[in-house]
Amino acid sequence: MGEITVSHYLIVALMLFGFGLVGLVTRKNALVKMMSVELMLNAANLVLVTYSRFRGDETGQIMAFFVMALAAAEAAVGIALVLNVLRHHKTIDLDRLQGLEG
Amino acid sequence: MEQIVFWVLALGALLSGAAVVLPPFGRNPLHAALSLVVCLFFLAGLFLTLSASFLAAMQVLVYAGAIMVLFVFVVMMLNLSSSERSPFQVSLIKIGAGLSTLFIVGKLAKTFWLSAGSAAPASLEGHQGFGSIGNVAEILFRQFLLPFELTSLLLLVAVVAAVIVARNKIGRGID
Repeated sequence: MGEITVSHYLIVALMLFGFGLVGLVTRKNALVKMMSVELMLNAANLVLVTYSRFRGDETGQIMAFFVMALAAAEAAVGIALVLNVLRHHKTIDLDRLQGLEG
Repeated sequence: MEQIVFWVLALGALLSGAAVVLPPFGRNPLHAALSLVVCLFFLAGLFLTLSASFLAAMQVLVYAGAIMVLFVFVVMMLNLSSSERSPFQVSLIKIGAGLSTLFIVGKLAKTFWLSAGSAAPASLEGHQGFGSIGNVAEILFRQFLLPFELTSLLLLVAVVAAVIVARNKIGRGID
């Protein structure tokens, strides 16, 4: 085990992003899809903070801060939408919501 | 010491992140939500190793404290565990998802490799209290004052939208 470099952090962030992407494509539950999006946002945050530390410039942390605020807004609106979909269609399995399918 | 802390935090974050989406634990939405909480705590630890202490505190307060409580609350309210418990099967879309994810992650890795290489983090001499709340506030309230105020507007709009969308009456009007 050598010294911890920037690439170590970037690899962790890339793998987390990959997990989030796989979840976003394969899972059918709308809530789990939203959790996958949160995972991807966190991976992006890790990259921002890593580069902020790497360059010795705190601006990257401000960007990560804004991403967190955006994630909070996204979660609030997304969960309201999911609740509404559940009320209308009695399911949040996105494969069964085919009202717009041509 | 530093290496051991990093490897423990990184492995914890990756394992709990995998548990959010991959089959053995991820079938139940509640398990996925709880794994995501664990993953967010490990990421807060990683932020600490990158000397971003303010952001680590925000990660625990906002993400693990507020957003994930919302998720867990909704999952328990919906009680979906019966509909989600289908046996895991390998389908074409899952193979395609794996391949395209590998492709995108590979492209990103190439970009990162070209830009960063394997450089060590910059030395922090001359940066008194890097990542502390005082330094972050200094940048946030001088350089980024307008985006900060716009963020508060965004949150207000999101709250109003969530209330309106979740109300029964207006939702019915859309049909």
